[in-house]
Amino acid sequence: MLHTALLMLGVGIFAGIMGSILGIGGGMIVTPIVTLAMGLDIKYAIGASIIAVIATSSGSTIAFLKDDVLNLRVAMFLEIATTIGAIIGALLTGAFEPMILYILFGSLLVFSSWNMYRKMRSGQEVLQQVHADKWAEKFNLNSSYYDKNTKQQVDYQVENVPGGFLIMLGAGLASGMLGIGSGAFKVMAMDGAMKMPLKPSSATSNLMMGVTAAASATVYFFNGSIRPDLAVPLALGILGGSTIGTRIMQILPSKIIRLIFIPILLYLGLQMILKGFGVTI
Amino acid sequence: MPKNNSTRKEMLAVEIVIGKIMRIGVLFSAAVMILGFAMFLITGHSGYPNTSFPTTLPAIWHGLISFKAYAYMMAGIYLLILTPVLRVVISIYAFYQEKDMLYVKITSLVLLILIISVIVGHH
Repeated sequence: MLHTALLMLGVGIFAGIMGSILGIGGGMIVTPIVTLAMGLDIKYAIGASIIAVIATSSGSTIAFLKDDVLNLRVAMFLEIATTIGAIIGALLTGAFEPMILYILFGSLLVFSSWNMYRKMRSGQEVLQQVHADKWAEKFNLNSSYYDKNTKQQVDYQVENVPGGFLIMLGAGLASGMLGIGSGAFKVMAMDGAMKMPLKPSSATSNLMMGVTAAASATVYFFNGSIRPDLAVPLALGILGGSTIGTRIMQILPSKIIRLIFIPILLYLGLQMILKGFGVTI
Repeated sequence: MPKNNSTRKEMLAVEIVIGKIMRIGVLFSAAVMILGFAMFLITGHSGYPNTSFPTTLPAIWHGLISFKAYAYMMAGIYLLILTPVLRVVISIYAFYQEKDMLYVKITSLVLLILIISVIVGHH
């Protein structure tokens, strides 16, 4: 009993730190621990993962709001896309061959890993155009954030808003149909398509994750997938970990965060492609 | 650009209000979880037979008034699940305070879709 609690607390602290730095949920850390190390049913792993996502999101949002890192308007705007996508996805479950979807979304993640690599090599973090994007102007999406690494207030613009919106619709669809987290896709839409700097992208992704997860979490809560003996120490660990992670993220150079991202996106992408071919790793 | 400046100040005000309320929500849910968890560790009893735990709101409520550890833990988790929803609701109010009607609409739309998705999810 105490052993389980301490394990979940430790996993939580680690997942909270990583999740708040990267803006992706702790599912990929929590699931193997619960299924492989503890030998429990996958349903409890999903239940614990969804709580991990919400704890990471709410825990880090407090710090990111206070420190002015995230972009609330971008979050709200794109949340329309993810939530609609998630509903359509839930309704369409079974209408598509999951195999094709896994391969498609997996390939997208592999591509975004490559994109991350290119962006890291070019070193160009902030989009500053002479002519602001029409959609970005209309929805007031251009903003600024305070970078604790360079100690500067960074003004940035976003572009390709419809492209980002479409990716988010796809991300919502994927999480609705396949029950996978969509944190990696959120960063892909903002950092990749909309050319937002990495730090506000992952902070904003963190904020959005919680809303998307809350809808499915109520379902898991009432069908008994969320075990209190696992979820409580996990959530408490994550809330603690995310307060550490949000501090680390802000002082890290964006380049280092990209460096952590590249193998993770590649791993997630390959894992999904393999799953599409029926191989589980 | 004056327009950008006012947007900037407005955004900061909105973010501070939402941040404060989020903090209260998260701390409250954490406090309930810690209370339940401490009861569980100290007494060694979950308050429920075997490995079962309450999964309906009335059952959790009954557990709360009879001081059962798992009821407090589940209540804390449920409050945590509600924090992102709370964030959306507060955002509507905060944007309204700043007279940003475009984002009052956008955020209300998100809340509406969220409610629909919960209803869809339950069936």
